[in-house]
Amino acid sequence: MVDFTRLWDVLVVGGGNAALSAAITAARAGASVIVAEHAPKAMRGGNSRHTRNLRALHPKPTDVLTESYLEEEYWDDLLRVTGGRTDEALARMCIRASEHAPGFLRDCGVVFQPSLSGTLSLSRTNAFFLGGGKALVNALYRTAEKLGITILYDTEVQHIAIEEGFAREAIVSWRGFPQRIRAKAVIASAGGFQANREWLREYWGDAADNFQIRGTPYAQGRVLRDMLASGVQEVGDPTQFHAVANDARAPMADGGLAMRLDCVPFSIVVNKDVERFYDEGEDVWPKRYAIWGRLIAQQRDQRAFAITDSQALHNYLPSVFPPMKADSIAELAVMLDLDPVKLERVVAEYNAAVQPGTFHGNKLDDCRTEGLAIPKSHWARRIDQPPFYGHPLAPGITFTFLGVKVNDRARVMMADGKPSGNIFASGEIMAGNILGQGYLAGFGMTIGTVFGRIAGEEAAKIGRN
Amino acid sequence: MEGINRPPAPASATGPESEATIEARRQMEICNACRYCEGYCAVFPAMTLRREFSTGDLTHLANLCHSCKGCYHACQYAPPHPFGINIPQTFATIRAESYAEYAWPQGMGRAFERNGTLVSLAAFLSVTLVLLLTMALQDPAILYTAQTGTGAFFRVIPYWLMVGMASLSFGYALFAMGMGAVRYWRGTAPGAGQKPITVAPVAEAAVDILTLRNLGGGGHGCNDLDDSFAQARRHLHHAMFYGFMMCFAATSVGAFYHHVMGWKSPHAFFSLPVQLGTWGGVLLCIGTAGLLWVKTVTDPGPVAKRLLGGEYAMLALLFLISVTGLLLLAIRHTGAMGVMLAIHLGLVLAFFLVMPYSKMVHGVYRGLALLRNAQEKRK
Repeated sequence: MVDFTRLWDVLVVGGGNAALSAAITAARAGASVIVAEHAPKAMRGGNSRHTRNLRALHPKPTDVLTESYLEEEYWDDLLRVTGGRTDEALARMCIRASEHAPGFLRDCGVVFQPSLSGTLSLSRTNAFFLGGGKALVNALYRTAEKLGITILYDTEVQHIAIEEGFAREAIVSWRGFPQRIRAKAVIASAGGFQANREWLREYWGDAADNFQIRGTPYAQGRVLRDMLASGVQEVGDPTQFHAVANDARAPMADGGLAMRLDCVPFSIVVNKDVERFYDEGEDVWPKRYAIWGRLIAQQRDQRAFAITDSQALHNYLPSVFPPMKADSIAELAVMLDLDPVKLERVVAEYNAAVQPGTFHGNKLDDCRTEGLAIPKSHWARRIDQPPFYGHPLAPGITFTFLGVKVNDRARVMMADGKPSGNIFASGEIMAGNILGQGYLAGFGMTIGTVFGRIAGEEAAKIGRN
Repeated sequence: MEGINRPPAPASATGPESEATIEARRQMEICNACRYCEGYCAVFPAMTLRREFSTGDLTHLANLCHSCKGCYHACQYAPPHPFGINIPQTFATIRAESYAEYAWPQGMGRAFERNGTLVSLAAFLSVTLVLLLTMALQDPAILYTAQTGTGAFFRVIPYWLMVGMASLSFGYALFAMGMGAVRYWRGTAPGAGQKPITVAPVAEAAVDILTLRNLGGGGHGCNDLDDSFAQARRHLHHAMFYGFMMCFAATSVGAFYHHVMGWKSPHAFFSLPVQLGTWGGVLLCIGTAGLLWVKTVTDPGPVAKRLLGGEYAMLALLFLISVTGLLLLAIRHTGAMGVMLAIHLGLVLAFFLVMPYSKMVHGVYRGLALLRNAQEKRK
């Protein structure tokens, strides 16, 4: 039985990688730690359950990372995807600390693997968890239990009572019953608000109803909103999120990685009005997959359709839901509920614009179009070899960028510019400090681990005093 | 099209496929788009070689699965997730169906339906039979008095009977399993374009079998009991496997001594057959008891409960064979030897009789699946 009258050294709100990295670090530093995880045990781990790798700096090859990946290149990559909307000091600190993130996780029982087939060729920059994020989550919980950390499942933190930048206690719903948890320090690692459709509607209106939530349905943003309402400083654009091209037939929540479609660079993509809207072959997919969710979110009814033919079918990973298949473009259009005449015309115009070239699926080749208002810069081949295939696409949202402002010790900043006395944050709830827009594969887990460890360390210092 | 929140029914689900096969296809199509488990065992790299999964493909993949359960505990889509991915359980069911389908003669496939009962009943009946035969054929006085010196065992059970029944039953088991192997190999063939079997894949499959590499989880072990990693099942299985092989070697060496060298049993404790049999028996005891324990306490989530009966019965039978064998060694100079010998041989007879219709066939099909996998990788 949990003793709710006890004063804990550290309360960790959330149950994913960022939360457990913090909890484990604090417990190892000698603090008594309690973790409040909103999900039941089987669904624990937040979005970490669906992850696969983390991006780590390394000066020389390791057993799971090839070649080297140094600070400047890492920083350049981040700068490019964020378009400069980042905090350089905080980002560089995180990049430098990422070198030690795989080692920390390995000490927590996480097993890494050399990357294989379905990995978007990231083995140089990203370390892959054997079995994926749920295996990582299992290892972290196992370590936490061994350290004597108290873990409460089915426990939603609903309110943190903050007075003058100081957290006094947390009001929680514990298995449906109201309780309070008192702690000397609080670490908020409760994720973004992407699963809160009402909140998304505030910025996106009815379009929000068509967004698929790729990860945990427990990311309701309750702690985030509560903290912002209690005088914590806000960071990040509330309308921004990380989103990919998902299969339109995927579940509205918790569909995870397998719902994403990698067919875009090898297709042409049209919206419901049967118009192409973006260069499908602008760059290699690992650098472009994260913009397509947003592109589709801006189309009518948040829908798009990737059209391809039998020639391209084996250039991308198989999809869970089989594509629509037809012997003519017109038939395919009918199956996809698109105007057949118009789709035939769009495909014909595209085919006429395709220039001769040599196709290379994995690198920027010279197959391109000429003369189209919206070009396809690479991998452009004529779509003329039946059967033809059509994948319906919808935006799949990974996480939102709105967060709480933190300093380089993971300490939450108050609206008046002063650091909080005892509140820290790690993970998606503060990722917006570094990610103003865009995304780098595996960087979310890096932010979670790095800031989780710092938050755990700092909170333990307060807890023990 | 929109609003369909579950994976689609497979295109070729119209044939006489089992529910488990249809379910396995649904699951494999999700796994093939996810691929997080590719580092765990041979199943997932073999899966990525395919886009569509025929019945034969699924049977092959199911028999390639060692039921290490790594993929279940790591699965973001495991129950209670609506996708309900549970590869170890689904594949175990398909394996059992393939044992029935490829059994020889075909009608004997039904023996897999209530396998636990069948194995237990066979054990009970053959022990009874051997005891009765011994009583009927021999002077009961011999059965209850200490027999020592050359040919002591054969004074209890005549040589012709012992060897006759053993060769008949074991010979039949080998033949039936051989026929099963041929039918399985044809039934799971991926179609035209198969390369001939060469030395390299055979060697790889042999190493896989001898080391149980696929129960190593890539070095750190498997989820024997829960989401923690251990090598217990791998070690216990191979204690059993090598123990069994040593017992088999003991019998072979004994036969060689008898027929070629003219040395009759019982042999001295430090003789080769007795040493092989003793330590083989000890390993077999430890392995089977350990596996029974693992099976009892493991997380039931990824387990196909319907098949447990046959598995428990076979492990128990092997355990009893090894225990009675060791007891026989301990009391072979006393008046209890006769009855113990009859019980031991009765259990061995039962084992030979049920072998082609029991969990034991998994060795044949697993071996063939590993061979096919090693062959496929080289294409």
